[in-house]
Amino acid sequence: MKIEVRNRDGVTVLEPRGKITIGVGDVALREAVHRELDAGRKHILIDMSGVTTIDSSGIGELVSTYTSVSNRGGKLKLLDLPAKVSDILQITQLISVFETYDDEDEAVRSF
Amino acid sequence: MPDGMLRRDEASAMRSDEHQFHLAIDSRLENIELVQVVLNDTLERLGLDEDVRHWVDLATREAVANAIKHGNDCDRDKTVEVDVSVDGADVVVRVADQGGGFDPGRVEDPLAPENLLRPTGRGLFYMQKFMDRVDYGTRAGGGTVVTLRKQVFAPGAAAAAAAPNGDSDGGER
Repeated sequence: MKIEVRNRDGVTVLEPRGKITIGVGDVALREAVHRELDAGRKHILIDMSGVTTIDSSGIGELVSTYTSVSNRGGKLKLLDLPAKVSDILQITQLISVFETYDDEDEAVRSF
Repeated sequence: MPDGMLRRDEASAMRSDEHQFHLAIDSRLENIELVQVVLNDTLERLGLDEDVRHWVDLATREAVANAIKHGNDCDRDKTVEVDVSVDGADVVVRVADQGGGFDPGRVEDPLAPENLLRPTGRGLFYMQKFMDRVDYGTRAGGGTVVTLRKQVFAPGAAAAAAAPNGDSDGGER
């Protein structure tokens, strides 16, 4: 999995592409988020549109990064969930935990 | 007929047991991708649509990951066996490890409020949600066998398609 990183109006936008699965994408996501936190960037928006598969480890990593960001006084939000990722967040009831957006402008303004 | 479900005779005229595969992998997480490729090819050959393939793939990933991590403790000298078969209207995935056994009753409910933000503990939940049935058994010689079952064909059509072969049992062991 590859993760593009860009900054928009003080918000770091991460764009993971591919699978967030055990031993591969989950580690990459963790490292990407922690790099931003270590650099003092605490407003993080993950654009999920390029995520094709997310297993339980990937979901666990999303939860873990959400907690890490919150513990450092930041916010982590999700943008443009693919239908299957949205289904999983519904099934796991994590949709109630994450703030999710369909529109990037609106998401960036919300921080 | 639910979305993604095909009549067997529409899906393929091949014998059901030609759609089975058996893989024995060593206990490395990278091998999950190998299982995924073979599984996806098999399910595609059966005529199953992308949605069904996706959910079966996700459930299988969890079973194989559990077998590697929790069953075999990532010991590369231990193998995980994956068998996929068609049994009537169902696709059946069987994953066996060489670990010390497993009690699914001890796994906590990931939807309980106190567990919602836990980073782990959702693997079995994935399997149960994405498949119709999940059974746990003991492997001869030690280890756990997880059997995942999902109906993917219309029942009547499956029986009719299997009849000419005189063998409607896809080979679940």
